[in-house]
Amino acid sequence: MRSWLRQHRQAIAAACGKIAAQRATAALNALAIGIALSLPAGGYTLLGSLRGATAGASLEPQLSAFLRPDVKRAEAEALVAGLNGDARLRAVRFVPREQALQELQATEGLGEVIAALNRNPLPDAFVLRPKAADAESLEALARELRALPAVAHVQLDSAWARRLAALAGTARLAIALLAALLAFGLVAITFNTIRLQILTQRAEIEISKLIGATDAFIRRPFFYLGALQGLAGGALALAILWGSLAALNVGVAELAASYGSGFRLAFLATGDALAVVLFSAGLGWFGAYLSVSRYLLEIEPK
Amino acid sequence: MISFAAVGKRYPGGQQALKGVSFTLEQGEFAFLAGHSGAGKSTLLKLIAAIERPSSGSVLVNGQNVGALKRAALPYLRRNLGLVFQDQKLLYDRSVFDNVMLPLAFGDLAGREAARRARAALEKVGLLAREKATPIQLSGGEQQRLAIARAVVNRPLVLIADEPTANLDAESAAAILEIFAAFNQVGVTVLVATHDEALIGRFARRVLRLARGSIVT
Repeated sequence: MRSWLRQHRQAIAAACGKIAAQRATAALNALAIGIALSLPAGGYTLLGSLRGATAGASLEPQLSAFLRPDVKRAEAEALVAGLNGDARLRAVRFVPREQALQELQATEGLGEVIAALNRNPLPDAFVLRPKAADAESLEALARELRALPAVAHVQLDSAWARRLAALAGTARLAIALLAALLAFGLVAITFNTIRLQILTQRAEIEISKLIGATDAFIRRPFFYLGALQGLAGGALALAILWGSLAALNVGVAELAASYGSGFRLAFLATGDALAVVLFSAGLGWFGAYLSVSRYLLEIEPK
Repeated sequence: MISFAAVGKRYPGGQQALKGVSFTLEQGEFAFLAGHSGAGKSTLLKLIAAIERPSSGSVLVNGQNVGALKRAALPYLRRNLGLVFQDQKLLYDRSVFDNVMLPLAFGDLAGREAARRARAALEKVGLLAREKATPIQLSGGEQQRLAIARAVVNRPLVLIADEPTANLDAESAAAILEIFAAFNQVGVTVLVATHDEALIGRFARRVLRLARGSIVT
């Protein structure tokens, strides 16, 4: 056990020695990996912030029916009672104009605007949640509601949320594709670095084999080299991401403040950040593994 | 300790390097492997270290059939052999001391014990004072002695040298042979390949003479 630990310590020391001997190359490789990884990580982060901002939006189909301002409350309540009996609806909620104003006032950024009004401009409204979700029956329901004399305007609320969800899904897929492609790139970068390293150490590897080094012993420093390079690249990706978000947030904060909102682009959660670094280290290890399997066996003493 | 039985070696391409080679080297023996260049001396030594495999016959080292060893077993075979090469095969980007430490890195010795062992090996070849030098700063004879120190640091049972004196003057060559003789005295089996008949004459030892791939004496 102690000798096992010592051998790994030696391998890490050897890998660090190789990095120290080629500082500039190692730094450039880590930077290339860092930049490549920061793109999908950044996309993921932006998407996360966006999702946070739209988390309140319901994706269930919902119809809002706004009544004419001159409709009496009793008339409105009779209408609610009628709609409550409709088998096509899951729920009907009556939103009196006073309540709508209160809800709006609670919404971030609109409080001051509402306070500046001297009368309530909002009409009474219903929020209907139909059982069917397909566009056709929703449209039919909306047409029926529009035909009612008390109804001034009908709005299908869920359409925009569904479009946003579809858009976010597409963006997520695009980021996943980008991440997969760049992961291949990372493996390729490490593969090549390790290949060059093996070739420059050809003599040392050959001699080591001659005097009794096992394959495992010879491989180990290269694995650590690949993993360390990936680790450094992952850490650089986080640094790039953090710096970019900090820079972007200056503008975002200004924009959000003009809407009375405290919205900020959030950095990756600690778990996600850790995952980026570990994933990168793992890919580095994998690239080294491929390279070592391919080239190390070829070097045999003659 | 080393036993060849009807060993033949044919390289890909058809060149017959060895044919029908049989001999036995007992434990603690010292022998020269003589012959002109191209006689098959290097091939014979490579078969012992499993750098090459025999095409026919069997090579036994310390009771193991070397030709049949699996790849994964080779490092352990080689740790019991001290190999000294004509071109030394030193690592020129490391100090003398680190070159000798290299074989110990694979083993189970802890750091301090390994360093002690390395210094003892350097002392035996008279290079202890140069441990911080790099191999490039050493003379030809000193480089060969460094190669010997590296070969013996693991305390092998067998020491095998391929033309260890090829590029040395007579005096340095004799000094190298004295070192081999000293290891032989403490029980190490030694096999030295050389084409230097004068050197063989100076040390009265068993001689295995190769000519065109066969043992002639």
